[in-house]
Formats: sequence, structure tokens, C-alpha cells
Amino acid sequence: MLGYTLRRMASAVPTIFIIVTLTFFAIRIAPGGPFDLERPLDPLILANLQRAYNLDAPLWQQYLMYLGNLIQGDLGPSFTRRDFSVNELFAQGLPVSILLGGLALLAATIFGIILGAIAALKQNSWLDNLIVAIATLGITTPNFVIAPLLSLFFGVILGVLPAGGWSNANPAYWILPVITLALPQVAVIARLVRGATVEALRANHVRTARAYGLPARVVVGVHALRAAMLPTVSYLGPTAAALLTGSVVVETVFGLPGVGRYFVQGALGRDYTLVMGTVVVIAVFVVIFNLLVDLAYAWLDPRVRYD
Amino acid sequence: MTMRDLLAASALSLVLGAGAVSAEVVMNRGNDTDPATLDPHHTQTVSESRVLKDLFDGLVIQSAKGEAIPGIAESWDLSEDGTVYTFHLRDAKWSNGDPVTAGDFSFAYHRIVDPMTAAGYASNLFAIKNAEAIASGKMPVDQLGVRVIDDKTLEITLNSPTPYFIELLTHQAALPLHQKSVEEFGDQFTRPENFVTNGAYKLESFTPNSQLVMVKNPEYYNADQVTIDRVNWIPFEDRSACMRRFEAGEVQTCTDVPAEQMDYVKANLADSLRIAPYLGTYYLPVKGAEGSPLKDARVRKAISMAIDRDFIAEEVWAGTMLPSYKLVPPGIANYDGDAVTVDYADEDLFDREDDAKALLEEAGVAPGSLTVELRYNTGENHKNTMAAIADMLTNIGINARLNEVEGTTYFNYLREDGPFDMARAGWVGDYNDPQNFLMLYESGVAFNYSRWSNADYDAALDKAATTMDLGERAEILAGAEQTLLDDQAIIPILAYSSRALVAANVEGYEDNLMDAHATRWLSLN
Repeated sequence: MLGYTLRRMASAVPTIFIIVTLTFFAIRIAPGGPFDLERPLDPLILANLQRAYNLDAPLWQQYLMYLGNLIQGDLGPSFTRRDFSVNELFAQGLPVSILLGGLALLAATIFGIILGAIAALKQNSWLDNLIVAIATLGITTPNFVIAPLLSLFFGVILGVLPAGGWSNANPAYWILPVITLALPQVAVIARLVRGATVEALRANHVRTARAYGLPARVVVGVHALRAAMLPTVSYLGPTAAALLTGSVVVETVFGLPGVGRYFVQGALGRDYTLVMGTVVVIAVFVVIFNLLVDLAYAWLDPRVRYD
Repeated sequence: MTMRDLLAASALSLVLGAGAVSAEVVMNRGNDTDPATLDPHHTQTVSESRVLKDLFDGLVIQSAKGEAIPGIAESWDLSEDGTVYTFHLRDAKWSNGDPVTAGDFSFAYHRIVDPMTAAGYASNLFAIKNAEAIASGKMPVDQLGVRVIDDKTLEITLNSPTPYFIELLTHQAALPLHQKSVEEFGDQFTRPENFVTNGAYKLESFTPNSQLVMVKNPEYYNADQVTIDRVNWIPFEDRSACMRRFEAGEVQTCTDVPAEQMDYVKANLADSLRIAPYLGTYYLPVKGAEGSPLKDARVRKAISMAIDRDFIAEEVWAGTMLPSYKLVPPGIANYDGDAVTVDYADEDLFDREDDAKALLEEAGVAPGSLTVELRYNTGENHKNTMAAIADMLTNIGINARLNEVEGTTYFNYLREDGPFDMARAGWVGDYNDPQNFLMLYESGVAFNYSRWSNADYDAALDKAATTMDLGERAEILAGAEQTLLDDQAIIPILAYSSRALVAANVEGYEDNLMDAHATRWLSLN
């Protein structure tokens, strides 16, 4: 298992390298540059600026320089937020995104499994139909609709929660963003769990367990749900990576200092280093969570073994 | 008691428990976006100027009404020939207790024009002797026309008389810097722990995409008149988000209102809505290829006559812009806008269309024979404006085609003499003077998108630049604008207005042309 993990980690390095290379050159193809403004800079001033940020060097040299710094963990200065380095922006923003994303993931997993299991056990009852209907609504309603509605209802009309803003210390500010992030995931997970549980309940080993006269609690909890977890876990991997690296919409609507907006802000402002930094961080998260999914598989499904 | 009341009560008891006597006055102010930096020499935008003018006082500052009033300079003298200003500084201190000296201004002005600083707005100080040559690397920095006479006296020599120079000094490019801390900390000098400021506030923290927190500067010379102890500047890329937090009572001022929600705002937040003329013009430069009917002033005039500005202002912009026929916006200083006339402005639209058709016929443009391309940059309201104009042009037998271009390259194309028929452009003044608008149509200026060139116009602007008498100068400039509008190389359609939400308990917020509302003038009831 340890050997497998190490091999997987090693194979992630070329993957990230390819992603970094593609992104580096792709963003340079976009017209314009970080210092293009509605009012142009004097050509001489522009030249000074480009020299200060090494943008005057040939592209391949800039690329090698970027790789060199990246290996040392330096993501470079931000072009559009000049008082910060990209590392500092992530140091400030990532904890916020991870906190919100983590809570949303936890809530989505717990409620998704409970609702999915209930729906499966009460298959085709009114409760099942209700849960499936709500889940469908949750999947199809985009978060740019849910977020302002929640803010308007709880923040403005009822006035029980802040309509926006952020505090590291006050959980009241976390509630609405977490609900917005979790809702569509609750829906997806509930549907996945329901489907897998329905199938698992008909599986041979579950039927055998029932035939042995094991209590329903053990049949469902240990045997059926465990098998039903497989599709959920493989869904949770990429979802976790996405949730923990922030959401543009949720952060913009609620005004949160996470990292989700940096990719869009960076791309629009042609902030090369910020875009690159975001891509690297997201790539690392995706690689890590895909690995975790595979390891969880081995633990959940006795047939899967890595040597 | 709601949950928020509970939270507030517990927070209050914490403060009281810590032994605070009087409650701190906190104001949350919306801003359009975060500053790209707090180094004034690398800032470009209005959002940055709002923040910087709370942190710094220049020689001259803007009053609650947006007028230039003495700041760190208590008074100033101007030489007979209008080229040498001598500023007399008041006793003022930086936030670390150091005195504010003439040297701090001299240091900042030398730094901003230094080509190594690569400051985008160095051009704002080009009125100062040799500034332009220094910024373009043709002269050493020490040749700048700024001289420290003593700690309390600063002498600035200009290239030529510049009647709007005092206005220029209200811009963030003219703020002083604390020399010691800038030199000691280099590019880290704007960090909260290093940042030394001389304005009403000092920086406490800056969290990107969240808030920029300022606290009252106890060393400020007018500290006893500053009533708000703490300002949180909150960036809102989403204007509706600011409005929601405003309605929830969490934010006391918003710098903008979503145009698509104007009906709701007018119905529900009418008392908080502030719409005021703003120093900007929304206009259509007309160019046309060589030999195109657009090169005929009669055709351009006909097009201008057919455009219903009231409709565009009211329907497309929901009353957030004002109809306009002139380049120089109303209410500007050092000008007499009424002296400039556009004869068809007050005519009925149907009569105007008939006159326009007659003009086209006179110019030999048969109905349906002319097709113009309307070029604009991506933006919902720009698109709707141009679509409305295209529709209006069909009323006088001119076909129009829309051409939308992505934002970042749009203005580069116009500046670099790219061919186009008619485009849309906007200009927001950097300083309150007609020169800042009329220079757009001088020969050889990159912003002269039409590449219109008129010797009388250029001569009038040159003459105005050396005319000391402000009344006489206003007359010359108005004459120039008349020349420009008679030839209609530009079709102005709207004047900008500022639109803000201001809570009922905010005092001292006065609508003004500069949209300048420094926190030091405000108080909370």
C-alpha cells in the first residue's frame, strides 16, 4: 500500500508538469497583457514595468524561470494585486476556502447518505418521491440563484443572519455560504446513494446476510451501505477538490476572501502568475483526492487490492 | 431578540468587559473593487483614489463638496507669470508622529516621475517643469521643477501657466510619501505594519476580496473633527451584493447601483438613492474611411440629429445617465458651458429627423445607400445603446451594423488608428477642468480616435494654455468646443452621473461632480 501511494505521488509530478506547461503557454496566447488599461501607459513606462516583472525576456526563458521558482515553492508576484505575492494570496485565501468547502462537504456527505438511504429503504413511497424531487431540484438550480435568494431571505427579509461578509471567528457568517455549497452536493449524493443502495439490497451477499437472519441494522448498515459507498466515494474525490478550492459565485455573492475568484480575476486581468498559481493549487488538490479515492476503494471493497 | 441582536449584544458585552468607555463608531463603505495596490504611484482607478484619500492628505484636498481646498498646504503664492507656485505647509504629522515636511512631497514627486518607478499616472504631473522629459528618460530626475526651500516651504515650477494646476494636486498622483519608511521597506512599505500615512486614517489590515480596514489617525491635524473611528472598505464586484447588504443595514454607503434594478431602488430605497452629475461624457467618435460620406460634416450632423438621447438615458440606462449634446460635462469648473450651443438640441425629434433627411439629401446620400458600422466593447448597456442608435438611424435612411469587440483590445484598436465608422467611447475627467476633455480632439493625441484635425481648434487650445485670466480662458475654450461640435467629428450622447446608496444615518455626504466623499467629512447618527 505504501509503495503504491509513493508510486502514485511520483506519477503525479509529470501530470502537474504538463498542466503547468500547457497553462503557461495558453494564457500567453490570450490577447493583451497585465498592464493593458483603457488608458495606455507610456511605452517607456510599460517597458520599465515589463522589465521589473521579467516580461521582456524571451518566452522560453520566462518559462524556465517560472519552473525554477515553482520547484522552490515560489509562485511569483501577482501582477494585479501588487501588494501581495501569489503565495501570500493563497496563504490568506485557502484556509477560508478549505473551511467552507470542508464544512459543505461534510454536510453534503452526511445529509446525502441519510436521505439517500431513507429513499432506498422506503423505495417508491411518498417519502422516496419527495426526496428524489427535492434532489432533482437541488441539482438543477444553479448556485447563482440559490446564493442571492438565501442572502435576501435570511439576511434582508428575516434579518437573522448576515447578508454577506466574512469573519474567521463568527460562524454566523459561514452558514449561508456552506448551505449554498452543500445543497447541490446533498442532492447528487442522495441520488447516488439511493441508486447504489437499491442495487446493493438485491445483491447476493446482502440476500445471504438476510437469510442468516442478521438484524436489518447490520444488513443495511454494514453490508448494503458499504457497497453503496463506492460510487459516492468516487464522486467525492473530484468534488472535494472543487469545493476546497473555492467557488467564484459563492465568494462573489457573499463577499468571501477565498481563492475561488482568483482564477477568473487573474484570467480577466491577464495576471499570469495568479492564474498559474490557481491552476497548480487545483491540480495538486485533484491529484491528492483522486489518490484518496483509490485508497478508500481498497478499504471499502475487499476485492480491490494494490500491491 | 434575533440571532444578530444576540451576536451584537455578546460582542458589545465583550467590548464593555474590556473596559472601553465610549462605543467605537464604525462605518462600512462599499467600493467597486479592491485597490490593485496602496502605493499611490501605481494606482489608476477611482476605487483606489477613494481609499488613498482617506489615508493621505495632499497639498490640496477635496472638500465635502468636491472642491479643491487647502490640505497640508495652508496657503500658496503664484508668481506674476503664473509658473511658480510657493506652498506654505501647516504643522502636520505622519501617523508615526514624524512631521510632514516639504521634503516628503518633493520625494514623492521625484519618485513618481522617475522612469524606474514606472508610474502609470506620472503624466498627471507633466505640468511641472521637466517632468515629461524625466519620465521618458531624456533628463535626470534631479532636474524636476520641485524645490524644498525649507521644511515648511515647497516651490513648484511649471512649464507654462496651468490654471488647473491646483485641481491637479487633488489627484492621488500628487500625494506625499513618508520618505524614511518607503526607503527602509522598499516594495513592502504598504504593509499595514510598515505603512505610514498622513491622512485622517491609517491602515489596520487589508484582506483581498474581503475588506480594507482603516482606523482613525490620532496624529492627524484635524483629528478632533473626524467622528468615524473605523472604516471598513468592502469591495463589491457584484453591485446587487452591496445593495443587499445595504438593505440589511450592514453597509452604509454603496458606490454604485445595479442599473437593471433601478425601478426597485426608486420604489423602495428612494431616500437613499443619490444620482448626481459626474465628470464624464459618453460619446461616439466618428471616423469613416477616406471618401466615405462620414467625412462630410453634414452627414455626421444628420446622424447626431437622429439620435434620441432622452430615450437612451431613460430607457437603456434607466435614468443613471443624463442626455447630453456636448463633450464638456455640465457643472465643470473654469468654464461657461451655456456659451456652447447645439441648435437642434431643443427641437422636437420628428422635426430633427426631417432636417436630418434634408441634410443627407444635400450631401448626396440617398436613403438606404449608406451603411455604417457601430463598434463597441462588450457590455450589456453598450450593446443596448448601440442597438437603439442603429434603430434610430434607419429612421433617416441609414443602415447600421453592430460590431462587438472584447474589452481588452477594444481601446488599443481605437488608439492605434484602426479603421472604424462610428465607435463608442467614454471619458471620465482626471481633474475638474474643460481642458481635460477638449484635449481629446487635439491633433496628434492618441485619444483622438477620429483623427480629426482642425488648426483653429488646436490654436485655441494652445492659446488657452497660456491665458492667465480664467474668464478669458473659459471663453476661448468654449469657442473651441463650438468649433468641434459644429463639425460634429464627435457625437456626444450622454453625460455620466454618479449613483450611490447612502444610509439615512449618514451625515455630511454631499453630492458633487467629482463624486468625492472622503470619510473625514462624514458622520453617523
